[in-house]
Amino acid sequence: MFIQTLVTGLAIGGIYALMAVGYSLVFSILNFSNFAYGSIIMLGAYIGYYVLMHMGVPLALSVLISIVGAALLCFANERLAYSTLRKRNASSLYFMISAMGTSIFLENLVYATIGSRFYAFPEVLTQQNVSFGGVSLGLLDVFAIVFSAVAIYGLHYFLQNSKTGIAIRAASYDMQVCQLNGVNVNKVIGWVFLLAGALAGISGMFLGMKYMVYPTMGWITNKAYIAAVIGGLGSLPGAVVGGLILGVLETFVSAYVSSVVRDVFSFSLLVILLLVLPTGLFGKFLEEKV
Amino acid sequence: MLEYVSGIITFSLIYVIATVGLAVFTGFTGLFSLGHAAFFAIGAYTAGILTYFYDVNFWAALAAGVAVSSLVGVLIGYPTLRAKLRSDYFAIATLGFGEAVRVLLENLDITQGARGLPGIASETTLPIVIVFTVLVLWVARNFVHSRYGRAAIAVREDFVAAEMMGINLFQVRMRSLVFSAGCAGLAGGLFAHYVSFIQPGMFTAALSTQLTASVVAGGMGSITGPTVAAVLFVAVPEALRMASMWRLVAYGFLLVAIMVFRPQGLFGFREISWQSCVRCFRKKPAAAGGGAGQ
Repeated sequence: MFIQTLVTGLAIGGIYALMAVGYSLVFSILNFSNFAYGSIIMLGAYIGYYVLMHMGVPLALSVLISIVGAALLCFANERLAYSTLRKRNASSLYFMISAMGTSIFLENLVYATIGSRFYAFPEVLTQQNVSFGGVSLGLLDVFAIVFSAVAIYGLHYFLQNSKTGIAIRAASYDMQVCQLNGVNVNKVIGWVFLLAGALAGISGMFLGMKYMVYPTMGWITNKAYIAAVIGGLGSLPGAVVGGLILGVLETFVSAYVSSVVRDVFSFSLLVILLLVLPTGLFGKFLEEKV
Repeated sequence: MLEYVSGIITFSLIYVIATVGLAVFTGFTGLFSLGHAAFFAIGAYTAGILTYFYDVNFWAALAAGVAVSSLVGVLIGYPTLRAKLRSDYFAIATLGFGEAVRVLLENLDITQGARGLPGIASETTLPIVIVFTVLVLWVARNFVHSRYGRAAIAVREDFVAAEMMGINLFQVRMRSLVFSAGCAGLAGGLFAHYVSFIQPGMFTAALSTQLTASVVAGGMGSITGPTVAAVLFVAVPEALRMASMWRLVAYGFLLVAIMVFRPQGLFGFREISWQSCVRCFRKKPAAAGGGAGQ
């Protein structure tokens, strides 16, 4: 029972980690909460569902299309809603409201055009179980764990070794100095949003397959914010650890206490954590900088 | 028809009360709350439960609603404001608080969970709401022009400088937060006794966003701007009811457009007053719309 709960928790935690990394990536560069991220995830799931079910594209390819689509959407989101604010050096409050507006816009656009119906992926993946060592696990969960790990490792490798990755890391420390050293910050930020969007595409596909595809499914990113806060906003290793911790804790609470308390638990954890440990496990800043 | 119009006015004014409260907080201290629906819900449920289960007098229940949501404001504000959280952290903390309150309301026995409270006595009338709106506007105006209000503006503009001038950041922010929580509670109590049915699903993050959006769209640092925006955000969707899905699309679009093209809000710092109407009229005789033309 204990091991089983732990493994199930890790599977959910993997998706949380994926979303939290995408969210933290944007936060580390632009220092604001990208509330539009949930809608990008939702649209990624819709794109994946559409190409899989209506165009007869195989699953692996439809995941890829969803990744590309979400990445482009996230990029367009930045260019349309944030880039002017960025050039004006607006405070993060304005970014947040713009992000909020984007999220309301996209969510209701889906309501108005596609409708509020719930769409379920075919139950090929979700029904199969794998068991090893007395622990049984859905094939989808195995995929989620493996895929999240691969995606996060890939991102890590990219950030550590590629030229763009180094520029992104430099910009997250100090945008101005980075610019002075000849980095095209505009391009770097574009890359950040493309990467975050790609992660949104993957997590959207997994969420859609695990639960369903519907307009408000982006709500789950609230959990990603919590995960990011646990790890420390803007810290990528923190987001991974925070996502896994949150996933495991939530699963334990719903297994041993009750599933009703689960969400109250997560949100209370958020508020308490912000009070006791506002920097999270790996965070760097505490108070507003001048 | 008359009843319908007066209904819309009542709703608009109830939202105005909550928005003005939030305008004093967000607009004058610069902190961004994403959980004000929770205060609204606490006011609505406190007042609703008191009249529904305990037959308490309407006015006493209303006062209790204000008191409880102000108290919760103190409880949530004390640790978060004391810790001087960055504005992002504060926004996420209030988001978490709002969701936690909603989930709690869905699972408590006294609130009857997701079924809600049907058949609360219908006590709120248009004159009552008008009186309260005027009262809240008057208090907010006095607050803004008082020493406290000026301190709050100083904090919003540059809190490091303000703190060096001897302004107690925590106190200033706390005072505004409690005032806004109280206003939201009052609006909630009036709302519960107007629609006579409340359920947790009415107080989602969408409501918090609407309140914050009214403040931002109306202009941070203005009282009348958010008032007009709040009325518009309730009345215009009502008028465009047939396009009910698209109005929210337009609303999201509007928020982004305001941030991109007119970040100071529709009215900026300006207040709409008799003088500004006259001034506007003289400058541009073509703009017959009055103060709203600017």
